[in-house]
Amino acid sequence: MTSDHAMLALEGIGLRIGGARILEGVSLEVPAGQMLGVIGPNGAGKTTLFNVVSGVVRPTAGRVVLDGVDVTREPVHRRATAGLGRTFQTSSLFPELSVLENVRLAAQARLGGATSLVRIPRAGDAATTRALDCLEEVGLAHRADAEASGLAHGEKRKVEIAMLLAQDPKAILLDEPMAGVASGDVPAITEVIRRLHRGGRTVLMVEHHMEVVLGLVDRVAVMHHGELLAVDTPEAVMANPTVQSAYLGEAM
Amino acid sequence: MSTVVLLVITGLGLGALYFLVASGLSLIYGLMGVLNFAHGAFLTISAFLGWEAGRRVSDGTWWGLAVSALVGMAVGALVAALTEYFLIRRLYERHIEQALVTVGLSLAAVALFEGIWGTDPIYTAKPEWLTETTEILGARIPNDRFLLIACALVVLGGIVLFLHRTRYGLIIRAGVENRQMVSALGIDVRRSFTLVFAIGGAAAGLGGVLASVYYGYVSAHLGSVLLIFAFIVTVIGGLGSLTGAAVASVLVAVLQQFANFYLGGTGDLVVVVALAVVLLIRPRGLMGKVA
Repeated sequence: MTSDHAMLALEGIGLRIGGARILEGVSLEVPAGQMLGVIGPNGAGKTTLFNVVSGVVRPTAGRVVLDGVDVTREPVHRRATAGLGRTFQTSSLFPELSVLENVRLAAQARLGGATSLVRIPRAGDAATTRALDCLEEVGLAHRADAEASGLAHGEKRKVEIAMLLAQDPKAILLDEPMAGVASGDVPAITEVIRRLHRGGRTVLMVEHHMEVVLGLVDRVAVMHHGELLAVDTPEAVMANPTVQSAYLGEAM
Repeated sequence: MSTVVLLVITGLGLGALYFLVASGLSLIYGLMGVLNFAHGAFLTISAFLGWEAGRRVSDGTWWGLAVSALVGMAVGALVAALTEYFLIRRLYERHIEQALVTVGLSLAAVALFEGIWGTDPIYTAKPEWLTETTEILGARIPNDRFLLIACALVVLGGIVLFLHRTRYGLIIRAGVENRQMVSALGIDVRRSFTLVFAIGGAAAGLGGVLASVYYGYVSAHLGSVLLIFAFIVTVIGGLGSLTGAAVASVLVAVLQQFANFYLGGTGDLVVVVALAVVLLIRPRGLMGKVA
């Protein structure tokens, strides 16, 4: 599904907070339909980069271009309606809402009329139907009425994926989708991520679980001290001596 | 027995007033993290304008009171929405500035109201039935208590239905829990801020008109006193929890009545002690979320 057309382009992204250099000269093009893994030691700036892309943090230098449109100055919700979806490292759920309500909110946002004052959601309406379909797709339809906070960790990750399916973005940022997931659940979640990627969606994923990253992605971007060290195929990146020393220390 | 009944029902009536103010405070804090010290001013301006409108239409009748209530709610909603739109909107996440602006607004409002309506309380007329009493289990209950309780229940039910049965309500409930994620889904959560201010302002506006019925007068300081207790109620109930605010309103007001009667007028003191106890034992309040 990969084409030459860049779904997401970062041009010379820099971020300084006070005197500290958080990101420096990050330039990256992700072709439509590609899955890119972002790796690097803790504190390398991976999550900050995601925050810059999704609009939570505004960069002090550079441009963010989504599907050919400069969105550097757009707020979070407009980037989302323009086709950018994301999850957060800690949690992207609304813990006291039901599983169905979580996903329905995403469906509402996608279908429009989300902010209608009077429209009452009911069993058969479009947003609810869409939400149930997406829950079905990740295998959680039977948990629709459960409170989100009561779910197991792996189930929560699946609800996040169902929300992304309901939102149906062109590009998706996954921030550590395997964090806290029991090893037995890893294959199932890998599978739903693969499903998310199907249908031509572009996916960027920060993940420490190297087996997952190497098994899923087309390319890997390596970050270190706020800079991009290398962007290449998983094999080439793992063989790269600069990457090895950044990851494993100078002794390597 | 009759004294206990009287104290409980009077407490419920006062609790109803507290709830009308506290519901807005709690929703506003829950969604936006704003401690709105100007909420008392919303109440006072609504009480004054509601009274002005009601007495011109039909002074001291049910029809006049209904006009007062409607005007009070409209004024409260409008003033609150304007405050959010022109002042608070620029100050999200800047808590000290928010406090300064809302405290300043409430002080300026009191001075303005005193300039227009004078410093003395203005006694208001009310429908005859509200000046009478009804006997329940030997206690003679002033009828206005029943009106207050009924109105608070209708407001509570209305807000709950709105939050749980409408699309916008879902956005607000989600926003209370995870504002960042609501934006990430592509919903402009800020638009709901103005709406929540308007809802809170309308409830406070109704509270203002009912407070003038309960106390029998309107004054520039009507909102200030109620605001203090409403804040205590909001903290005891748990900031951000509507149910918590409802439960705490009743607890605080009933406790206050009993302490005033049996402990020599120490109601206010007992309430402050209760606040301290809750903060020490359960800092997030009765039903608040873990921060």
